[in-house]
Amino acid sequence: MNSIDPSTLLIGCAAGFSGDRTDAAGPVVDTLIARMAGAPAGRRAFLIFETLAERTLALAQLRRRADPDAGYEPLLDDMLRPVLARCLAHGIRIVSNFGAANPRAAARHIARMARELGAGAPRIAVVEGDDLSGPAHRALLKEALGAQMDGIRMVSANAYIGAEPIAAALDAGAQIVVCGRVADPSLTVGPAMSHFGWRADDWDRLGRATMAGHLLECGAQVCGGYFADPGYKDVPGLEAVGFPIAEIDAEGRCTIGKADATGGLVSEATVKEQLLYEVHDPAAYLTPDVVADIADAEVRALPGTGRVGLSGVRGHARPDSYKVNVCHEGGWLAEGEISYAGPGAEARARLAADVLRKRLVGLVLRVDLIGALSILGDDAGRALAATPDSGLRDVRLRVAATHADRAQAERLAREVTALYTCGPAGGGGVRTALTPRLNTLSCLLPRGAVPVRFELLDAEALA
Amino acid sequence: MTTIDNAGTIDTIEVPLYRAAHGRTGDKGDRSNISVIAWHADLYAVLVAQVTPERVAAQFRFRAPSQVQRFLLPKLHAMNFVLDAVLDGGVNDALNLDTHGKSLSFLLLDMPVRVPRSLEPLLAGP
Repeated sequence: MNSIDPSTLLIGCAAGFSGDRTDAAGPVVDTLIARMAGAPAGRRAFLIFETLAERTLALAQLRRRADPDAGYEPLLDDMLRPVLARCLAHGIRIVSNFGAANPRAAARHIARMARELGAGAPRIAVVEGDDLSGPAHRALLKEALGAQMDGIRMVSANAYIGAEPIAAALDAGAQIVVCGRVADPSLTVGPAMSHFGWRADDWDRLGRATMAGHLLECGAQVCGGYFADPGYKDVPGLEAVGFPIAEIDAEGRCTIGKADATGGLVSEATVKEQLLYEVHDPAAYLTPDVVADIADAEVRALPGTGRVGLSGVRGHARPDSYKVNVCHEGGWLAEGEISYAGPGAEARARLAADVLRKRLVGLVLRVDLIGALSILGDDAGRALAATPDSGLRDVRLRVAATHADRAQAERLAREVTALYTCGPAGGGGVRTALTPRLNTLSCLLPRGAVPVRFELLDAEALA
Repeated sequence: MTTIDNAGTIDTIEVPLYRAAHGRTGDKGDRSNISVIAWHADLYAVLVAQVTPERVAAQFRFRAPSQVQRFLLPKLHAMNFVLDAVLDGGVNDALNLDTHGKSLSFLLLDMPVRVPRSLEPLLAGP
């Protein structure tokens, strides 16, 4: 059943976002070890963790401001400690963007963890160049973003950099490569480039490995996570859903499976959903490494293996520029909720919304009637206005607004709370929240303007 | 086999799209992409004919997309819809609880489609 092609590269993924399950890595590592052991000497395996999203980096940058030793993935220890010693003992190398806003501090943490585990002193490299938040880059960003930069309070600015510095760090002997904002699929492309010795303009192979990385980068999402829909899409053992393992061949083609002894499933349906996830034009999936093309891709289950093959992917020359995201302070988000139940509940919730609209002059309110219409509605309330009272008997009213001025945003919380005594009858369960907002600007910068590098850290840098 | 009645029309049944296809939403900025993947190769042509960009725009009228593009992936028996400006600004700007618009695939999959009765055995679920 587990026919093994010893020439394929194994890449397991143990996290799909910051906040993913921290018990995911164990079964992935166990499975990698078993598949390496079943093959002749020389089979290689990597473990990747993808932990960054648009907001994650800005939040990491804020933590670094408060503490120069912080700013990397807060769950780093929980994610890595259970598997670090086994990975090092079995030659499984680790590549991740869990360095976030502070890859060097993450590297020091990992070195400390290895010492505590009695796992020696692994060779750790950091990849840098993505962080453009310093004053040296201000003029460059201003040139690209123009007047949008005027008056903003910048929190973070990062280029989505690619696989080349990862591959170079691995070629130089790194056992662990700690990155910040590299593009998600580059965590897979880097190991494949290094292992197979591909050139940086081998577009078809890079395109194929990119889509293998795309299937891996959301963790369980290709293994039946984020898929289950009872009666339509049933998933066995969702509570213990497994994380994915790709086997990539020298042409970049891949099969996708999952960790042994876990729940979930890998099927043509799960792979197709993940293949198209966050894709726009399927013929032009833009990454810093290549423009991947899945217009003619095929997905085929491999009977009896629990795996699915991906073929027909092509690649075209990479873009000349890097995508850059700039996060800046965006005022305050105020939210308030109150519940109504029993006869006339929906009418009382609607009346409460009307009271809030009339009292909160100067704030633009979003209104949700949770249980009737909420997340499918629109901020302007067009959908709610077109939805008549259907007499629901258990409704939670939610209102939200944003304002640059904290005091103005706080008015919403006070008015929702005041509904206890001044609003319609029987309102209960008030909750309010005030959250600082981060807004994002995007631009492109020429690759030449964003030098990237790796550095293999010595004992002094890791102390 | 397609059954044709006396009036010469194909005998069809109306079903929600989720019986003929599955899908997932992704987001980048203020743009949403929603895949629609046929449960069976023989259902794909029905989807291509009926799940048009115009009908999808109508299904999302309250989100007022500025543009709806459809990309066909015949080898996957799938379509990819890209809806611009449907997320009220996107993950950092929208006031929605679901700022990513992750729930939107189920709004699209709720759209009615007419399927030839001969293909009924290929439909998913009750």
